[in-house]
Amino acid sequence: MNGIPLLSLLTFLPLVGAVIALFAKTHARLVALITTLISLALALMVWTRLPGDGSIGLVERATWAPSLGIEYHLGADALGALMLVLSAIVTLMSIDAAHRVHREPGLYFALVLMLESGLFGTFTALNFFHWFLFWELSLIPAFFLIKLWGGAKRGPAATQFFVYTMAGSVGLLLSFLAVFLATGSMDFETLGAMAFHGTLEPAVTAHLGPMMMWLTVGVLVGFAVKVPLAPFHTWLPAAYSEAPSPVTMLLTGTMSKMGVYGLLRIAIPIFGPQIAQIRTPLLVLSVITVVMGAWAAAAQKDLKRVFAYSSVNHLGYCLLGIFALAVPAAGTAVLTSQAAALNGVILQMFNHGLTAAALFWFIAMLQERSGGERWIDHFGGLRKPAPVLAGLMGIVLFSSLGLPGLNGFVGEFLIFRGVFALSWVSAAFSILGLLVTAAVILTVIQKVFTGPVPEKWAAFPDLHGGERLAMVPVIGLMLLLGLLPQLIVNSVNPTVMNLLAHWRF
Amino acid sequence: MIQEAAAAFAPQITASAITGILWLIPAFPIVASGIIAVLKQPRRRASAALAIGSLACSLLLALAAMGHVLAGRFNGFAVRETVNFTWIQVGAAQVELGWVLDPLSAVMLVMVCFVGLLIFIYSTGYMAHDENFTRFFCFLSLFAGAMLGVVISNSLLLLFMSWELVGLTSYLLIGFWYQKPSAAAAAKKAFLTTRVGDVFFLLGMVWLFAQTGTLLFYNAGKGSIEPLRLALLLVTPSHLGMTAATGIALLIFAGAVGKSGQLPLHVWLPDAMEGPTPVSALIHAATMVAAGVYLVARVYPLMQAGVQVSQSGEVIGSTTALTVVTWVGASTALFAALIAVAQNDIKRILAYSTVSQLGYMMAGLGVGGVAVGMFHLITHAFFKALLFMGAGSVIHGCHEEQDIRHMGNLKIEMPFTFLTYLAGMLALSGVPIFAGFWSKDAILESTHTWDVSRAPFYMLVFGAFLTAFYMMRQVSYVFFGNWRGHGEAHESPSVMLLPLMVLAFFAIFLGFLGTPFWPWFRAFLDGHPAEFGLGAFKEPGLLALMGTSSLVVLLGLGIGWRLYGNKSVRADDADVLEIRFPTLWTLFENKFYIDELYGVTVIAFYAWWARVADWMDRRVWGGIVTGVSWLARVGAQASSLFDTDWINGGFDKSCEELANGGGLMAGVQNGRVQIYLRLLALAVVVLAAILIWSSRG
Repeated sequence: MNGIPLLSLLTFLPLVGAVIALFAKTHARLVALITTLISLALALMVWTRLPGDGSIGLVERATWAPSLGIEYHLGADALGALMLVLSAIVTLMSIDAAHRVHREPGLYFALVLMLESGLFGTFTALNFFHWFLFWELSLIPAFFLIKLWGGAKRGPAATQFFVYTMAGSVGLLLSFLAVFLATGSMDFETLGAMAFHGTLEPAVTAHLGPMMMWLTVGVLVGFAVKVPLAPFHTWLPAAYSEAPSPVTMLLTGTMSKMGVYGLLRIAIPIFGPQIAQIRTPLLVLSVITVVMGAWAAAAQKDLKRVFAYSSVNHLGYCLLGIFALAVPAAGTAVLTSQAAALNGVILQMFNHGLTAAALFWFIAMLQERSGGERWIDHFGGLRKPAPVLAGLMGIVLFSSLGLPGLNGFVGEFLIFRGVFALSWVSAAFSILGLLVTAAVILTVIQKVFTGPVPEKWAAFPDLHGGERLAMVPVIGLMLLLGLLPQLIVNSVNPTVMNLLAHWRF
Repeated sequence: MIQEAAAAFAPQITASAITGILWLIPAFPIVASGIIAVLKQPRRRASAALAIGSLACSLLLALAAMGHVLAGRFNGFAVRETVNFTWIQVGAAQVELGWVLDPLSAVMLVMVCFVGLLIFIYSTGYMAHDENFTRFFCFLSLFAGAMLGVVISNSLLLLFMSWELVGLTSYLLIGFWYQKPSAAAAAKKAFLTTRVGDVFFLLGMVWLFAQTGTLLFYNAGKGSIEPLRLALLLVTPSHLGMTAATGIALLIFAGAVGKSGQLPLHVWLPDAMEGPTPVSALIHAATMVAAGVYLVARVYPLMQAGVQVSQSGEVIGSTTALTVVTWVGASTALFAALIAVAQNDIKRILAYSTVSQLGYMMAGLGVGGVAVGMFHLITHAFFKALLFMGAGSVIHGCHEEQDIRHMGNLKIEMPFTFLTYLAGMLALSGVPIFAGFWSKDAILESTHTWDVSRAPFYMLVFGAFLTAFYMMRQVSYVFFGNWRGHGEAHESPSVMLLPLMVLAFFAIFLGFLGTPFWPWFRAFLDGHPAEFGLGAFKEPGLLALMGTSSLVVLLGLGIGWRLYGNKSVRADDADVLEIRFPTLWTLFENKFYIDELYGVTVIAFYAWWARVADWMDRRVWGGIVTGVSWLARVGAQASSLFDTDWINGGFDKSCEELANGGGLMAGVQNGRVQIYLRLLALAVVVLAAILIWSSRG
């Protein structure tokens, strides 16, 4: 558009930044900050230049290896663009939070920027090969960030994270290989159109036999690991808790969204009818993710593990919404419910990213001030010496709880609106998740911030000016989106309608 | 018994200027709260002035709104004006918000602003020495704004959002003295218990939205509780053999049960007394806990949907939803009154009394309609706020003592507190002439003629007896007998006493707005003209009923005075009832062991499931992963023949280089990754081969 390949620019800018950061040594963080600020500006430009009808815009195409079905094909609709903005915001937050990286800062920030590039590529690619490259590209820096800068058990955590996600990717890769063999295309739009017109499954069956369902499961497992969907989530608590908190911000804020995004961009459009067939077991797993995620969080003593499981719970609502809407459209009532659920899912993706990243930022601050303390029971009464920290983190915690007026509520409300009409039993069971999450979050507040102040925390430093300043835009955004969700929904809703119009179950 | 028959006045729909700016009423305190939040702690005067000033502005607007409704009434209109707008668009449907001005919201607005303002003023005295004075007014203002938001909402969603904000501020204020572990625990308990109701409320809301396509209450005939949509809900069958109308009504009522401390979610309210006393008066007596009652009143057409109406406009029987409301209310009224008899904390007695009175309101709504329940809500707000603030004055005067056994004879040292408290106590007990008499009698009267069952009537009459009894017990302990406290008691400053006197005036005279011979309040809410006439007394049974209830009340007061009045006792003496009925006393004193019951059921269930979820994660899912990885290692070693160096070699090398470069060899467990990757690569190659082979075949 306008001759500027905006999406390519956005994707490759962090890679350039990464190379510079690698050699900038002590100034690496500054380089990373500037790069990400430019990225954010570009992502916002993408957001403002979306086509009004919700279709995919800013398309860039170039031949790459046509005989293999590989094409350079980029594009963004409101779903992709929102994820671009989120990735830029969370990366910015993460870089801001990572001001204590003393070992190899050049390498650290280069990896962070590489990860950002991987995210941008994943959220814009429309050809499987290209998409898969970036999907994997984001994995490698994440692995090294955990492995080299993580906590005491970083080795096994990083390994588990890498192998698990990799194993999931194998399913994806094989499934798409099969689809390519059957259809000769790796293009999401082409394959989506085939699925919509009902020609995809016959093509696969003709070439490979009746294995469409196996391919679907392969793709689903790939995404299920990434989001995660129970029981494919066991890598997550270890990875989230062992990664340095700024990296955890990236993992939960952005990388978990890759899985949800993949479901919406790839799995549902191409494998919709098959997903609709196994909708019930998928819904059961989603409800288990929601409920058991929250309950497992209740059992944790390590703050980072608490919020790791809480993330599982929050992303479970996204999965719930996605799988609940996988029903054949039957009239406007169902369509409205599907639209509500999908709007809710996309909002929840953004809001969870923002809130979870902010939460882990606060945990980083708590750790800095307490000498790395993470055990809930070792804190107490911090509201007295650090009222601003307590107040601001309190706002973020209540956002995570889903308090109306803050960003977390709207997405959950819309998801429940959609899911209740489409599968009321799932909605009814999932409210347990809402309750248990509230209990978990209030327990954290109670144990960390209230009660008498232990002597060792009597001089617990409050947030200093710079930190307060850094939190203002984050919390401002939470309030803004809580009160005026239309800022996002006005753009997302046309995309939702466009997506639903191209999906077939 | 006439319920919600078609209004005699023509409805007026267009919005006037005052309705257009109705949103300012909650906005003033919310903005004030925002400003106070960024004020520095020492700016006490400024913060109190902001809070009080903003609420005073709200009160003026509320009075103007009330004036508008009254003027409309004078001109023969039943005012119901709404302003609605689309919040977000999802699919082809709109999520709408809006506000409404009608007699119900106008009455509630005036009450909340007025009582709130008095309590704000009182708080400047009560909290004068608290180090977090500014924070207190920040939270109070936020609360007032949220509560007023609940009141003006014309959209169930906006109501729910304000409702949750009210819950948040209640949480913050109960836990205001956060350094006390008991206060922090009580705050958490309050939030979570009400949240149990709220998640059902949320379900009811999304259900209503899904069925009717709107969450607006009134929208020129297209609102969710207007006849058109209600008819639709009534014919929609739902799960468990109910109509959608019943299911939604019950789910919404669950929210009200949580907020209004009804059985079985009442457990949080007595614990909420950990908050500062003005908070108890404002939130946990006069306004927030009444929000549940208000909610039921607001969605009353839904609750009542499908009820049979006789030709003369009288309701025959009841609906499932209203029957549930009535039974819950009546049970709560009696249950909490029994507990109140055996409590010794001055605020806890009032807390259980509040639970009990909220039960009366619910029962009144269930059998008598909006006006009956709402009238008791309004009178109760005045006299219960008075009682709580009087109790605060007593606590203040007795050096933060809350145990009534450590008080006594305060009528001498605290004469103003005593006289105003007495007015509140007589109003609560339902002594004739006082406000509580008229409103409680209206409830008794309607339960007396309820078609479904007579039991709620007897429960409520017995509750009335207990109310008179425990209030007399409390007043005797506190104001009569001998002084058993420590130090010397002193009267409170006038900034605290003046609000008490204003409230005492209303506790005595407010009831005349709704007497049988001039039922103005009911007529006002229902949109009928009110007629003055002594003819009402000729209604069969009315005088007898009034006489009976007065007798019951006097009996309660009398027995209370006989047992406790003007006795010289020691603080550690056992209660006279405890000596006579030790088993019952223990049962009441321990609140029927409901907290303990929840401890071994709900709480234990929660903790157990948390452990199960954690165990599943570590052992079952984690175990499977460990098993698979073990298999993977064995498999990989066995098949190293097929190793694909072009993948792993480069990867290993870069891994090593990075690790060396970082000087971080330690802790990097080389080996495992390669093994996994070898297997992965192998699997990819094999599966790809199979795929390609099968596609050719």
